[in-house]
Amino acid sequence: MNKPIDPSIYAQVPDAKGRFGPYGGKFVSETLMSALADLERVYSQLKDDPDFQREFDSYLAHFVGRPSPLYEAERWSDQIGGARIYFKREDLNHTGAHKVNNTVGQALLAKFMGKKRVIAETGAGQHGVASATIAARLGMECHVFMGEEDVRRQALNVYRMRLLGANVISVTSGSRTLKDAMNEAMRDWVTNVDDTFYIIGTVAGPHPYPMLVRDFQSVIGREARVQCLNQIGRLPDALVACVGGGSNAIGLFHPFLEDESVEIYGVEAGGHGVETNEHAAPLTAGTPGVLHGNRTYLMQDEDGQIMHTHSVSAGLDYPGVGPEHAWLKDVGRVNYVTANDDEALQAFHTVTRTEGIMPALETSHALAYAAKLAATMTPEQTIVVNLSGRGDKDIFTVAEVDGADIFGEK
Amino acid sequence: MSRIQAKWQSLHAAGRKAVIPYVVAGDPRPDVTVSLMHELVAAGADMLELGVPFSDPMAEGPVIQKGHERALAHRVSLRSCLATIAAFRESDALTPIILMGYANPIERMGYAMFAEAAAQAGVDGLITVDLPPEEVETVNAELKKVGIDNIFLISPTTPNDRIPLITSQASGFIYYVSLKGVTGAANINTQEVAAKVQQIKSETDLPVAVGFGIKDAASAAAVASVADGVVVGSALVSLLGNEDKTIESRCHDAVALLGEIRSGV
Ligand SMILES: Cc1ncc(COP(=O)(O)O)c(C=O)c1O
Repeated sequence: MNKPIDPSIYAQVPDAKGRFGPYGGKFVSETLMSALADLERVYSQLKDDPDFQREFDSYLAHFVGRPSPLYEAERWSDQIGGARIYFKREDLNHTGAHKVNNTVGQALLAKFMGKKRVIAETGAGQHGVASATIAARLGMECHVFMGEEDVRRQALNVYRMRLLGANVISVTSGSRTLKDAMNEAMRDWVTNVDDTFYIIGTVAGPHPYPMLVRDFQSVIGREARVQCLNQIGRLPDALVACVGGGSNAIGLFHPFLEDESVEIYGVEAGGHGVETNEHAAPLTAGTPGVLHGNRTYLMQDEDGQIMHTHSVSAGLDYPGVGPEHAWLKDVGRVNYVTANDDEALQAFHTVTRTEGIMPALETSHALAYAAKLAATMTPEQTIVVNLSGRGDKDIFTVAEVDGADIFGEK
Repeated sequence: MSRIQAKWQSLHAAGRKAVIPYVVAGDPRPDVTVSLMHELVAAGADMLELGVPFSDPMAEGPVIQKGHERALAHRVSLRSCLATIAAFRESDALTPIILMGYANPIERMGYAMFAEAAAQAGVDGLITVDLPPEEVETVNAELKKVGIDNIFLISPTTPNDRIPLITSQASGFIYYVSLKGVTGAANINTQEVAAKVQQIKSETDLPVAVGFGIKDAASAAAVASVADGVVVGSALVSLLGNEDKTIESRCHDAVALLGEIRSGV
């Protein structure tokens, strides 16, 4: 891997235009430009404001339940017989995934800006649930856009959102998944821009979203770094996280980017296999383009139309990826790899049975790759996997794949 | 002088407002687009805005989204749009043609290659919804080389102090988006439009056309009274998508509506 000579470059992105090298930017219609400028202004004011930070930290401690543990997966590591694998337990956060770190941060920005109405897009429903949760806590009106296909496969989360008082809108345009939910959220935002705050769920979208979502999620990596030093006595040899839009991955990776001894792996959804075109791995198999407000790697055809994606996990089923990951790929700091549907499902079962921890299907992609990687390493070495979320929401999908009959209907 | 500039000069000289229809290239079927364009001109269109279909048309309401989907079902691409324009140009050398679309198909083709191919096909102007002035440096350099106008949107949320940033990069005309929302949304407030158009005109000599909420002859006439021209999109695309009718009678209905709007403006 050809690492850049000067590790301080990682702290210098994005630039004032929101660029990570050639990626990122603000590719949106004119109607949204002033809303983005407002958000940028407010965020740069609050980012280093002690009162805002104190309020954010207090929510993370008492509402989310941070810090999340760093846990050694002993039985699983023994079984693999290579590197020792540790889980950063984001599944133990309130609402069951890393998503809540970001929704708390953005909802506090919304509160400060006096916006009473929040909207969100969601794939797996975890970001929608986390948005509905903080909206309930802060007394805000919440509307969540979700592709019709995801409403079906994540029915549990849809009902959770409704119980929390959110309005879930089933999106029937295009491929009826996360990308179309994001289109629809953008359309709502353009229409209601005066009173509405758009809580984007990953490190994508126009500047300043990729930056502020990264900053809110970086608490994962900051904690993990300290925990490694305290519990293991040194930095890990490798980090592994799944990459949908890339928020749990950047959250873990960012505080380690300057640590050159740490190898970093982002795992995209290989679906039925990258050679089949039925996958969601733009960094592995895509090309640069412009979608949802930023320039990044995309799954697109030769005419620049966005392609349909496939992944067994709704949260990874997205044809783009955060612009910072596009840049980290190009500069060679992070290795982007894939795990296929069946590999992820196998890791889901193995980790559930061996560790008593049921991971989300998104997370299971990271686990599948970590198992392969660990087998090539020694027991003196360590890997930290971001256990980005818990798998309760996925049991219907797993049952369907396994042909199980959970309600005894057959 | 560009075809767009020449057109505005002759409109001003005649004391006439511009009527600019928007249709999606290839909607409802690629083989009727060229004849539909000619018929719209015959019915009184001063310029034509041709939508380039995109898989994720984020600024469009449901009506125009469906138009994009119908065109994409026939695999209409940026390249085939340019071929359509070249075919139209064989028998119309004067009517300005403006491409309206999203950045990614152009980005995929490459800005330099696009500019050259577009100029060769007979394109006069470009509107790219998701390329605000902050992101146009590369494309503007290429468009200038071949003499294609870059037309920018200004919206009700554009702060007055931002208008010069936009007008300084723009040529051809300014497209004022008359409402907060997607294409085809609610009714427009003519008084608000008039105020903003005045504000824009205090910053630039470029003509200002207004679009996004014009539904019929009455709303077109009202808006035309306070601007240099009107763009009519969803109302036409809605007729072109009427599944109860044949392709021929859908085109006939759209052309008839354009004629009505023309006579009211
Ligand atoms: C548990 C979990 N992990 C990962 C993801 C993927 O998102 P990101 O790549 O932004 O972390 C999701 C998205 O829904 C998720 O729910």
